Amino acid sequence: MRARLILSEVAIGLRRNLTMTVALVITFAVSLSLFGMALMVRAQVDTMKDYWYDKVQVSIFLCGKSSDSASCAGGAVTQAQRDQIRTDLESLRPLVEQVYYETSAQAYQRFQEQFKDSPIAANASPDALPESFRVKLSDPTQYAVIATAFAGRPGVDSVVDQRQLLDRFFSVLGGLQLGALVIAIVMIFVTALLIANTMRVAAFSRRRETSIMRLVGASDFYIQMPFLLEAAIGAAIGAGIAGLAMVAFKRWVIDGFLAPTFQFTAFIGWETVVGILPVLLLTGVVLAMVTALITLRKYLRV
Amino acid sequence: MIRFEDVTKQYPSQTRPALESITVEIEKGEFVFLVGASGSGKSTFLRLVLREERAGSGQIHVAGKDLSRLSHWKIPAFRRQIGTVFQDFRLLPNKTVRQNVAFALEVIGKPRSQVDRVVPEVLDLVQLDGKYDRMPDELSGGEQQRVAIARAFVNRPMILIADEPTGNLDPTTSVGIMKLLDRINRTGTTVVMATHDAAIVDQMRKRVIELEGGKLVRDQSRGVYGYAR
Ligand SMILES: Nc1ncnc2c1ncn2[C@@H]1O[C@H](COP(=O)(O)OP(=O)(O)O)[C@@H](O)[C@H]1O
Ligand SMILES: [Mg+2]
Repeated sequence: MRARLILSEVAIGLRRNLTMTVALVITFAVSLSLFGMALMVRAQVDTMKDYWYDKVQVSIFLCGKSSDSASCAGGAVTQAQRDQIRTDLESLRPLVEQVYYETSAQAYQRFQEQFKDSPIAANASPDALPESFRVKLSDPTQYAVIATAFAGRPGVDSVVDQRQLLDRFFSVLGGLQLGALVIAIVMIFVTALLIANTMRVAAFSRRRETSIMRLVGASDFYIQMPFLLEAAIGAAIGAGIAGLAMVAFKRWVIDGFLAPTFQFTAFIGWETVVGILPVLLLTGVVLAMVTALITLRKYLRV
Repeated sequence: MIRFEDVTKQYPSQTRPALESITVEIEKGEFVFLVGASGSGKSTFLRLVLREERAGSGQIHVAGKDLSRLSHWKIPAFRRQIGTVFQDFRLLPNKTVRQNVAFALEVIGKPRSQVDRVVPEVLDLVQLDGKYDRMPDELSGGEQQRVAIARAFVNRPMILIADEPTGNLDPTTSVGIMKLLDRINRTGTTVVMATHDAAIVDQMRKRVIELEGGKLVRDQSRGVYGYAR
């Protein structure tokens, strides 16, 4: 194998089809960026799941003065009821990992902090926010145990599993994940078509060389190598650009804007972004080589 | 060296076979003219020898290989034993004479040292010394065909196939090319040349195989062009 000769053929090919090469690189950059984005969205949703599921609690809201559910018919919760609930919760260890009692005033304060800049905060009154037990479970899926034990008991207004709220939220995010993946796959398909077309044009523009190669007995491998390298180099450059886009997105959009703005959640870290880069390169190069190989089998057959 | 047994070849788009029931044998070291009107099947015959096309029926043996059984990946090695020359030279316009000839060796992976040694030798053989660094468009037709012959012969093939190599050349230049092919034939290389240049065939007095409408109508040693009509 004469590396120098093959490389010069590649250089000739890249130059001869400069517009096609540029188109190929741009398409790779765009489709691999979208693909990388899809991977990042995916990792982001996973990160949020870890972060949030780790924090979810079961809230046992107690009856206040204005509660109107059936179990609150007896008026606001009494101290005896409150103590009984606490004792019962303690007896459910180790399923119950932590119990935290929040008074109505504390709930109001937390609410004010969360919605500092919003008119909602001004309109709320401490009475509207019930006192509650916040229960953290060692196994969050065992929510039913708490629900059967406390729901409907006198003094308990309602039992709310935050996980169920989160699940609804994450099923929306799951749709987002899927959408990103579908777009990425469509783009990769488009890229494959473009590679196929580029290879067809390249094979045609170099048919003189390749027909002589065939006649003098060059192997398929030798004849196709310059074309394959051409596709792979285009893919690698495209992947490089896509990689830069990922890094820029992490640096300026996530770290620079999203993370400081939305402090209630965690965002993907650098290790995730860095982990995606080789995936982009590999996906691009393998896609390019495989598509090119399939196309060339048709156009450059010995 | 080349053996056809009842070979028929029909192109998919055609109603009539391009070659029909051809049986012929060409021995090692022979010089054979393949003659016939245009469309009689000469190029098809040569493409079958090169395994560029496959026979529809019948058996073709070339250089000891049964071409119907030759697997795809062995075709390149097989073609290295055959040199090919065409009417239109088929040189690479962006390479010099030397590079055009070297190309044939480079693309089959020959080491640089061998390329550097062998290319001048063969260029001397075809009498192109002093023009190594010219581009093809700076050469006459006859000179271009000599480069093409050098390229076909540089790997010392057992068989040289020439499809109307003098078709684009004037008679005087053609004589020079024929002398060259004769010299190559004398090194032991089997030469099969398709032509409809009667003067050349009559002058050379070599074996003549005549095709007409895809059928073999004459096979004559030391023949002339127009005997059968
Ligand atoms: N690639 C092809 N596809 C279909 N028909 C072909 C092809 N090549 C040649 N033919 C037909 O086969 C016949 C023989 O052609 P060819 O072998 O080129 O003859 P020659 O070289 O003697 O002029 C002609 O009728 C021609 O039209
Ligand atoms: Mg012909």
